[in-house]
Amino acid sequence: MNRKLPLIITFLVGIIVIVSEFIPHYPFGLISSELENWFLIISGFAIILGQLSLFKVNILKIKYKKPNWPYSVITLASFIIMVGVGILWGTQDNSGLAGNGQHIVAVMGSKPFDYLFHNVYQHLQATMFSLLAFFIASAAYRAFIARTFESNLLLISAILVMLGNTSLGSFLTSWMPQTLNFLHLPKLAEFIMKYPTTAGQRAIMIGAGLGIIGSSLRIILGIERSYLGGK
Amino acid sequence: MARKTIDRRWIFLLIFVGVALPLIFVIGLPLETTENVRMVYDLVEETPSGSTVLISFDFDPASRPELYPMALALVDHCFQKDIKMIFTALWPMGVQMAEDVIDVLQEKYPEKEYGKDYVNVGFKAGGIVTVQAMAKNFRTVYPTDMNGTPISEHPILRGVKNFDNLAFLFSLSAGSPGIKEWVQIGHDAYGRPTSGGVTGVSAPSILPYVNEQQQLTGLLAGLKSAAEYEYLLENPGLGTSGMDAQSMAHLIIIIFIIIANINYWRAKKAEKGGK
Repeated sequence: MNRKLPLIITFLVGIIVIVSEFIPHYPFGLISSELENWFLIISGFAIILGQLSLFKVNILKIKYKKPNWPYSVITLASFIIMVGVGILWGTQDNSGLAGNGQHIVAVMGSKPFDYLFHNVYQHLQATMFSLLAFFIASAAYRAFIARTFESNLLLISAILVMLGNTSLGSFLTSWMPQTLNFLHLPKLAEFIMKYPTTAGQRAIMIGAGLGIIGSSLRIILGIERSYLGGK
Repeated sequence: MARKTIDRRWIFLLIFVGVALPLIFVIGLPLETTENVRMVYDLVEETPSGSTVLISFDFDPASRPELYPMALALVDHCFQKDIKMIFTALWPMGVQMAEDVIDVLQEKYPEKEYGKDYVNVGFKAGGIVTVQAMAKNFRTVYPTDMNGTPISEHPILRGVKNFDNLAFLFSLSAGSPGIKEWVQIGHDAYGRPTSGGVTGVSAPSILPYVNEQQQLTGLLAGLKSAAEYEYLLENPGLGTSGMDAQSMAHLIIIIFIIIANINYWRAKKAEKGGK
């Protein structure tokens, strides 16, 4: 019964949601809306579950001194500090358990949560993303070599799109007469993105869509059971 | 086959200099607009004053350099056109991104009032299901705004029951959940005009939605689109100033690609000569 009951629930819920798409009237529409509300509530709890899991994983890492365990200490400390200051003094327009912390705001210029968000978290995330520029440059140097016909195509397309997506591209071919407008770099980049790239992406999306339908049916019909855990 | 390679630290250094210098000394390279950006601009232009739109901030600080300039330009345009805006977020950090945009634009538009001209209803978990529930009944998903004030107290939200009451939907998206969810529910299921802004790297996967069925009414893709939007608004901002840096970075990458290919062909030629 431990395995049968979840399978029955999954089957019924799956069928009701599919039917409600085609018959959005009573009672299917109502049941479907109710299920959506349940999902939203469960999603909220999933966040709490994620936080508990974060604690469990990192505490175990620290306890058994696993590789890189000091990073776990930083993770947990950062988590506790952000949640703590948020609960105590709230955020921008919301007060916390200890009020608005006016004396702290007078010193820091903003509430501790907002101060940490703007001056630490935001810059750390921006830094991580910005590092991509350096790695992409290095990877492009190593990867874009004209070895074969296919790699030639990739190389030429990449250069045209890279140039076409900058002001430099407009500048380089701005002298071209109107009759050769189709060779203007931004136009070429737009053409590559609009036709060959989009065509390839559509093929991928259709394949992925069919895959999602297939795996959804497998779950609804109880063929795919890995989400239940165990073997 | 041994070929000469450049120490990657030289690449890093040149990229750093190439990005940093144009940000300090602006070159002011010319800019021209693309069709997708003009479509987004026209969508806002053609929206009647007093209409209400929904803008979803589905990104976090990592994507801020690309999406924040777009958000600033779009919200600025909506304020200029006297369009009322509901801000929401499918990403937890999106709420703060919206607040940052408003903090900047409040100085330019001090007459715009919270609750009357714009409102931030905050983050909701659930992705596509949240969008679907919002489309059916906005109030069940958002009984209060991000500050806990009942939405019935905000004049802007009094007439908003579901997506039918919104002129268009707009998602500033850095991934999932994001623009795809808004297209699939907002446009495909409920027929509302939907548009959005995405990072440059995710543009190829979103471009198929810009089609004859207008699943997406235009698309802002990457920093260049933000700069183009600023150009159309005749209000150069963060996007425009970043374009010179992006141009230089791309140019440096292309130069390195050319060097790598020359080295490859020289090594190949030497190998053939040695046989």
